[in-house]
Amino acid sequence: MNIIDRRLNPKGKSLPNRQRLMRRLKAQLHRAVAESISGRRVSEVDAGESVSVPVDGISEPSFRKSGGSRDFVLPGNQKFIKGDRIPRPPGGDGSGREASDSGEGEDEFTFTLTREEFLDIFFEDLELPNMVKRRLKGASSTVPARAGFTVSGGPQSLDVVRTMRNGMARRIALGRPAAKDLEELEAKLAEAEKAGLDTKVAELTAQIEGLKRRLRAVPWIDPVDVRYRRFEHRPVPIAQAVMFCLMDVSGSMNEHMKDLAKRFFMLLYLFLERRYESLEIVFIRHTQEAQEVDEETFFRSRETGGTLVSSALDVAANIITERYPLDSWNIYIAQASDGDNMSSDRDRVIHAMTQKLLPACQYFAYLEVDDPPGDSWNERQGVTDLWRTYETLVQPGVPLAMRRASAASEIFGVFHELFARDNVE
Amino acid sequence: MALLYQGREWNFDTIKRVHDAIEDIAINEMGLDVYPTQIEVITSEQMLDAYASIGLPIMYRHWSFGKRFARDEVLYRKGYQGLAYEIVINSDPCICYIMEENSMTMQTLVMAHAAFGHNHFFKNNHLFRQWTDAKGILDYLAFARDYVARCEEREGEEAVERVLDAAHALQMQGINRYSRRPRRSLAEELERERERRRYAETTWNPLWTTVPGVDPSAELGNADYQRLLEEGRQRIELPEENLLYFLEKNSPVLRGWEREILRIVRVLAQYFYPQRQTKVMNEGCATFVHYEIMNRLHERGQIDDGSFMEFLHSHTSVVFQPEFSDKRYGGINPYALGFAMMSDIQRICREPTEEDYAWFPEIAGNQDPMGTLREIWADYRDESFILQFLSPKVIRDFRMIRLNDDQGYPYFEVAAIHDDQGYRDIRTALAAEYEIARIDPEIEVVDVNLAGDRKLILEHRVRDGQRLDEATMHKTLRHIRTLWGYSVRLREVDAESGSLLVSGECEVA
Repeated sequence: MNIIDRRLNPKGKSLPNRQRLMRRLKAQLHRAVAESISGRRVSEVDAGESVSVPVDGISEPSFRKSGGSRDFVLPGNQKFIKGDRIPRPPGGDGSGREASDSGEGEDEFTFTLTREEFLDIFFEDLELPNMVKRRLKGASSTVPARAGFTVSGGPQSLDVVRTMRNGMARRIALGRPAAKDLEELEAKLAEAEKAGLDTKVAELTAQIEGLKRRLRAVPWIDPVDVRYRRFEHRPVPIAQAVMFCLMDVSGSMNEHMKDLAKRFFMLLYLFLERRYESLEIVFIRHTQEAQEVDEETFFRSRETGGTLVSSALDVAANIITERYPLDSWNIYIAQASDGDNMSSDRDRVIHAMTQKLLPACQYFAYLEVDDPPGDSWNERQGVTDLWRTYETLVQPGVPLAMRRASAASEIFGVFHELFARDNVE
Repeated sequence: MALLYQGREWNFDTIKRVHDAIEDIAINEMGLDVYPTQIEVITSEQMLDAYASIGLPIMYRHWSFGKRFARDEVLYRKGYQGLAYEIVINSDPCICYIMEENSMTMQTLVMAHAAFGHNHFFKNNHLFRQWTDAKGILDYLAFARDYVARCEEREGEEAVERVLDAAHALQMQGINRYSRRPRRSLAEELERERERRRYAETTWNPLWTTVPGVDPSAELGNADYQRLLEEGRQRIELPEENLLYFLEKNSPVLRGWEREILRIVRVLAQYFYPQRQTKVMNEGCATFVHYEIMNRLHERGQIDDGSFMEFLHSHTSVVFQPEFSDKRYGGINPYALGFAMMSDIQRICREPTEEDYAWFPEIAGNQDPMGTLREIWADYRDESFILQFLSPKVIRDFRMIRLNDDQGYPYFEVAAIHDDQGYRDIRTALAAEYEIARIDPEIEVVDVNLAGDRKLILEHRVRDGQRLDEATMHKTLRHIRTLWGYSVRLREVDAESGSLLVSGECEVA
């Protein structure tokens, strides 16, 4: 009998099968994920997802019988005698028993996506632009990598082949006698002794002594032969990024707009979190003046006042200069606003954008949030100030993208478009 | 004797020690004859993996296994379904998977059950001896996995999937029921695969030079046309009930690798065919063996009372049979029926009653229960086993009842119960339920229009008015259409009269 411990075997043996299943369910999964994103609360956005998909694309048909007349034997008869009639149970019939055991009877198939898979589908086709700036962070993790051989080490890393090869080379170089040479001489010695040739015996004995001395002096394996596999700890490059969330919190931003903005930031955060090992967020809110706040204040508190977008842009630019040197950080800026801005602020905005922010950041995403389409009393009065201002900046090669959204269900589409590959490259 | 272990913790030494003690009882006292065993300890996740690939340690890749895994995983995580304590592979050496979560008593039970019970059955039952090749199966599975993977690389996952989907739909129609071709080693399999490909490359079949859509009878004249048809039919050996075999050999559109994949699916279906025919016997044998062994270990003082109680607890839940009115009822439990029948045979051999002498004169009171059971395990399958050995006592204990279900009536009629008039009737009816040849529909390729549009004609011989389920039939026919390449027609005919049934024709063009 053999006992084999398989517990340490690689896990996820059925992963390729799962991937094949997911490819097959691709359309259904995409639909389910999009629906789920528009419906669920922001704080739950990165939870895994149980998706029920119609069994249609993954049914496994085969020929099977149904109907007709059949006999079956059941256990546990309590009261019936021959000739009794038992009413057919509602809904069930003879063929139902046959169908259910093979899994064909089910209409829906519940598929639980892990968080990773959920987000993968969510972010499919998306890619961040120019992820060029990387930095080797001091405290980053390392992986052991093979790097030649060493003369010291633990027994677990002993390299037997290399050790034996060294041993053999040394034995040949130092002329260690082979065991058979010794045996030959001893056989000759025995012969000579038998024949009584004294001189020959003395000569052979001396030779044998010499050989034995040599054998002792040149060992089979010597500490100098031993080699160990050497490992080097190579640092893993970790790309880090910082994400600036800029939001207008003046009175003109209502709860609906803030909710849209929040989802927008959340999605961007999730997206960046997957791309970068370490990701920091800076929240900057502004009215006519801007300040850096924590997340809670950012989303919850309300301010009154006018609107000066340039104030927020300046604060962001200052923070970048102080804390996030360009050679070690990837910088992403996401701005959400209802588009109101004082027209006198226009030049300062353009200056801040073209001189400071756009050259520094990987990507600047501007989302203009709007009231729900149904609220006719507050129809959008044409194009907003800020939109018009930013529009002048859009050029090929400038990492600026802008979109409008008016409903929660549009966020996904907006986001998709915002980061779609062609849009950026 | 000294206790083999105490408490629930296990380690490799105890497993080895317990295995040796079990082996002593199984071989020397019960006379079992087993393949050498290989016990593999796995985690629950690996157990789920093994579930997904229908219990086989090596399997090619296909989305349906992923589906199975996803379903089982949900059931398991939510606690609707426990995991089996073991999985055993019919191979030589016999591989038993045991889970690390099991307590030592469970490991003992599992070893007795799988490594000796199932193992003995695999090695000795005539169906397994005739149809499966325990030595070669692991090699063949490795070959199948690598071959399918190579095809995926060469042809793309989708192309392979298309063939596998279709082949899986015909698995149950991919079995030779009556004859068996000689066994081959892996090297021979590989050589034959190369040979087939070479053959396919160097030859072509003049049958398929006909152009679909052209009516050759007009060009050839009737006599020549009939002769051409007849020649073609002879060449492809109709009728053929093994649809996968037929398509593999005769499909006009399949390429070499596609035929090989059909073959792989067919070989695996054939490998599982004996298991489908011996569920009750196989589980019954394993359950009976573990019950005997655990009792002997306890009698010999090798396991303590606590362990024995733990064993009894799981044993009773394994052989639990809910009544049909119980909402837990899901058919007759093969463990329960098999164990009850085999224990009853043991009783008949040892302490027969008048009734037993009347019903089982050959074995009643022969005082050799193990010898009798060993012979039964070797020579029977479920259908014949029940037909021969289901005793009135077991029928009474189970309080069996036979119902007749005719779709024309709004009720089931009670045709027999567990009384003197009913025993034989119930026994015959229950045996028939285990006859695979009756459960699977009887479908044959009966004709191919070789000189014309290459239409494939299938025939389903309908018994007791049991027609094919329409929705799945259409889908399955579409799969056959994929493999055949031209239109496929299925006729449903009455098995007795041979006449076509009402709306009994279905065609996929």
